[in-house]
Amino acid sequence: MADLAQAAQRAHPLQTGHAGVGSVSVALADNATRVSLRARPDAVAALSKALGLSLPLKPKTTTSQGNRAALWIGPDEWLLLDVDGSSLVADLAKVKVLHSAVDVSHRNVGIVVSGKGADAVVNGGCPQDLSLGAFPVGAASRTVLGKIEIVLWRTAEDTFRVECWRSFSGYAYSFLQESARDVAV
Amino acid sequence: MSIQSHSGSNRIAGVGRLVPAKTVRFTFDGQSLTGLEGDTLASALLANGIHLVGRSFKYHRPRGILSAGSEEPNALVDVERDKSRKQPNVRATVQEIYDGLQVKSQNRWPSLTFDIGAINDVFSPMLPAGFYYKTFMWPKFAWKTIYEPKIRAAAGLGVVPGEADTDRYSNRFAHCDVLVVGGGAAGLAAALSAAQTGAKVIICDEQAEAGGALRYETDVTIDGKPGYDWATETLASLRALENVTVLTRTTAFGYYAQNFVGLVERISDHLSNPGSDMPRERLWQVRARKVILATGAIERHMVFANNDRPGILLASAARAYLNQYGVAVGRKVGVYTANDSAYAAAIDLKRAGVDVPVIVDTRDNPSSPVIEEARSLGIDVVTGHAVFSAGGKRRVSSISIRPNKGGNERKVVVDALIMSAGWTPSVHLFSQSRGKVAWDAANERFLPGTYAQDCVSVGACNGSDGLQQALDEAVAAGGKLAGETGFKGKTAALKATGGTDWVLGMIGSAPGAGADTTVKAFVDFQNDVTAKDVRLAVREGMHSIEHVKRFTTNGMATDQGKTSNLHGLAIAAEALNRPIPAVGLTTFRAPFTPVTFGAIVNHARHDLFDPTRRTPMHAWHAAQGAAFEDVGQWKRAWYYPQAGEDMHAAVNRECVAVRNQAGIFDASTLGKIEVVGPDAAKFLELLYTNPWEKLGVGRLRYGIMLREDGFIYDDGVVGRLAEDRFHVTTTTGGAPRVMNHMEDYLQTEFPHLNVWLTSTTEQWAVIAVQGPKAREIIAPLVEGIDLSNEAMPHMSVREGRICGVPTRLFRMSFTGEAGYEINVPADYGRAVWEAVYERGKPLGLTPYGTEAMHVLRAEKGYIIVGQDTDGTVTPQDAGLTWAIGKNKTDYVGIRGLLRRDLVADGRKQLVGLKTKDAHVVLEEGAQIVANPNQPVPMTMIGHVTSSYWSQNCGRSIAMALVIDGTKRLGETLYVPMPDGVIEVEVTGTVFFDKKGERLNG
Repeated sequence: MADLAQAAQRAHPLQTGHAGVGSVSVALADNATRVSLRARPDAVAALSKALGLSLPLKPKTTTSQGNRAALWIGPDEWLLLDVDGSSLVADLAKVKVLHSAVDVSHRNVGIVVSGKGADAVVNGGCPQDLSLGAFPVGAASRTVLGKIEIVLWRTAEDTFRVECWRSFSGYAYSFLQESARDVAV
Repeated sequence: MSIQSHSGSNRIAGVGRLVPAKTVRFTFDGQSLTGLEGDTLASALLANGIHLVGRSFKYHRPRGILSAGSEEPNALVDVERDKSRKQPNVRATVQEIYDGLQVKSQNRWPSLTFDIGAINDVFSPMLPAGFYYKTFMWPKFAWKTIYEPKIRAAAGLGVVPGEADTDRYSNRFAHCDVLVVGGGAAGLAAALSAAQTGAKVIICDEQAEAGGALRYETDVTIDGKPGYDWATETLASLRALENVTVLTRTTAFGYYAQNFVGLVERISDHLSNPGSDMPRERLWQVRARKVILATGAIERHMVFANNDRPGILLASAARAYLNQYGVAVGRKVGVYTANDSAYAAAIDLKRAGVDVPVIVDTRDNPSSPVIEEARSLGIDVVTGHAVFSAGGKRRVSSISIRPNKGGNERKVVVDALIMSAGWTPSVHLFSQSRGKVAWDAANERFLPGTYAQDCVSVGACNGSDGLQQALDEAVAAGGKLAGETGFKGKTAALKATGGTDWVLGMIGSAPGAGADTTVKAFVDFQNDVTAKDVRLAVREGMHSIEHVKRFTTNGMATDQGKTSNLHGLAIAAEALNRPIPAVGLTTFRAPFTPVTFGAIVNHARHDLFDPTRRTPMHAWHAAQGAAFEDVGQWKRAWYYPQAGEDMHAAVNRECVAVRNQAGIFDASTLGKIEVVGPDAAKFLELLYTNPWEKLGVGRLRYGIMLREDGFIYDDGVVGRLAEDRFHVTTTTGGAPRVMNHMEDYLQTEFPHLNVWLTSTTEQWAVIAVQGPKAREIIAPLVEGIDLSNEAMPHMSVREGRICGVPTRLFRMSFTGEAGYEINVPADYGRAVWEAVYERGKPLGLTPYGTEAMHVLRAEKGYIIVGQDTDGTVTPQDAGLTWAIGKNKTDYVGIRGLLRRDLVADGRKQLVGLKTKDAHVVLEEGAQIVANPNQPVPMTMIGHVTSSYWSQNCGRSIAMALVIDGTKRLGETLYVPMPDGVIEVEVTGTVFFDKKGERLNG
């Protein structure tokens, strides 16, 4: 049984490597621990304390501490991201205040678009204003890319992290590559 | 006049802005021709003395080039790079030439110069406007089979390409503070002024270069520089600014709600060898805080007999061909005008050495410096006269001139005629923005009136006719609008000299083409509509311009009547004897010019047409040779044919294996929702018909969800993981709508509940292992869960580990066999699946697909929502009364279920059907009758919802919705089919293991 138990290896849905097109690279993000967190305002302080970061309260904002980040998704919703194998789920399990924490680590896939023109690549399918004034570094929001829903997070001036559901990752990756070909022109 | 023959006999040395050395070779109808880099197809053809470029839509009349811009109605050609990259109806005035460009004329057979279809012109008295509404009435059947196909074949322009387009198209969303549409003097000035404040500006222009009329207005200076130089320098300085995006070859085609403007950028249509990465076109979807429309004005033609002859052009076009491209449109060019601006063209031509024998001006006593200048150059200016007719067929050869009020006619030999009836402000985009136009009676034109969106119009499109006036207006607008978006800054005024005022002229038919005549004086060239057609429409009772337009098709061609609308309106108003505003102007709609499907679709082709969703185990199924079926966006393994097996054989084998040994099935696509919070059970009580409060932790229950009207909406198994945590499953297709339905009720009806919903569909891979050997197969892989019947009975859930990874292990069944659904985090799905399969293979574990799953569940009478229900089926109808909590006082649909029509007799109820001949498999959807001998149309009492061959039962099985079905058990009913009536017996819905003993095995 021990042999069998070790057989289960993770398989990423996208078996593609780092794909640079011109100045822009569209690459897979490392595996991550992800939690969909839901809570009312009165629980924010306790949750923030347990997480070791202040949950963002304004639309389109994020906070991060080390590898751990909280993305504001809705008035009572956050997407929490941390490195693979982090204690995110355990940290939240200890919190007694009313909340809902659901592990969605495998639900999402992260794709990183970076380099000069990354904003234009994303704007190939995302109708949001991605100018630095409207969508500064650290901004994040649930939005669309072509025909799918994504969470978009600007981690640096020329770097965006696109989070989508697992089965849409092939579409998202192809779309971003196609858009990168256009931007590279 | 010195002629330069390399790039066409009509190219004049030293005139125009193209570089003589940069020659480009292209073909027109197979004829090899040379043009210059920067030429449009139109300028290159004219340089080579070619005016005849096509045949008209209805009468197949020879047609030439009318304009030098996107308003072109006539010069439509077919451009072909290769078999798959072929574009019909390309305007020769817009297409730039490149080395190797291949162009063909359209709507002619066998050739452009000899076209058999031109017989239509001879028979034209039989083909007046609206002829097809009355001429081809009898016999009735012939319209569809003979008349319409023939008329359609004879009419029309280009031919749709037959192969899939291999070009790439792309898309970009953009935001800006100020969008400026139009790169003429006004647009450039507005963009410059807005940009100076620091605002984010996008300026687009449909031409290859900016400048608009400055490209041909030779007598203009701005800021002390020649107009064209100023335009070029301004464009370059705008391009250099960080906050400005300059888009040339880009047409703003649609103005939608809240300053959302669609632009199409033509990227490679002008290139000889576009790179494979280069899109042909890019769609820009721009959201602008402010929009400045600087769309200019479009010159109108004169409406007189045979005004469509090749060689008859707009005066401004002739001027553009001369001053931009160095091309004389003829050697002997007549001029026909009703305003001043054509004089400028005549003067430029004359100065370039072209013979201008006459200027015919309909005005009685016009006075203006340009008229004096023309006279001083020795041009014969004849006022108070009209061109009554043009001679020549494939090219104008003469014009007949008479005084307006009649009198002696004289003929002047020409090889081209240029004309101007005046200028129509281009209010298309303004109108698209839902702005209301206002009639400027003094100048006989529509101008922007009441604005509906946050935009302004500047320059000629706003009726600001003088250059200085247009620039002042544009500079002010640019600064003001940028200021309103928060960018304040100094804007510099611009000083202009020269330029012709674009004002006055005439609308409607010219003398000689009036109400008492029957001549062919064309109003709409592209749709072959003449002045007399418009009058006929009025005589036929069309009194609204909307009716006149549809009866005559005036303005309904791809050019949307850019040159014809106002003429048509004026002729109709005259015939109706009503003022023009009372007759009305039709609304302009997007697109301003035709937009390719490619640009609209852009990235959404091939793999990107729609997302294809694959499960974590997809590649394994594919490697096993599985056939897949589409379920929504998902690809699901349908069946796994082995060598020599057809679908039927494979499904039979899979079904038998599940009942005798075990099967493994990919159920990952099932929707999953995690319902968390202290009120989770209370919430589920309200959303499902079943009771949940008392469901123990670690137990499962099959739930039915209704809509408010009492009909079944979805179903699925729900597991209680903790007091405050449920794992809900939905149907594959229902996942998104069930989530929305739940969230909707939570937020609107039950916001007081402490519960949250999270979609976990994709967090879990789901491996169903079903059959008598299921437990034996998975047991060695599972850690931390007691799998015994006592510890983990049917309909329970446990958390533990499988193959070393966390699992939510469900003991449940959609086959009627004992079985498990193994949930593991999705990335582990493939590895766990393979481990289970390797372990089970020696025990007979067989992969089965969705088809076998359907058969197995039907053998047990388990419904599939959406197949056995259709949105009009209640739980009672489906035989699921047991799933309704008897003591519940509230849930979504509870009142709907009490509706009188839902509890009355006569409902269609779900029953089983057994064909009398066990080998006959019914067709799903087949209708059921009680008496097959009744006359047609028979009374249908139900229909088959599911039907399969069941190898396990050794016969066919079916389910059906039949009126009062449950009262008919044992009755014989009939299914009439094209090749005979099938007898069936009404039975219960369970065909296999009626007592359900195998579930607990």
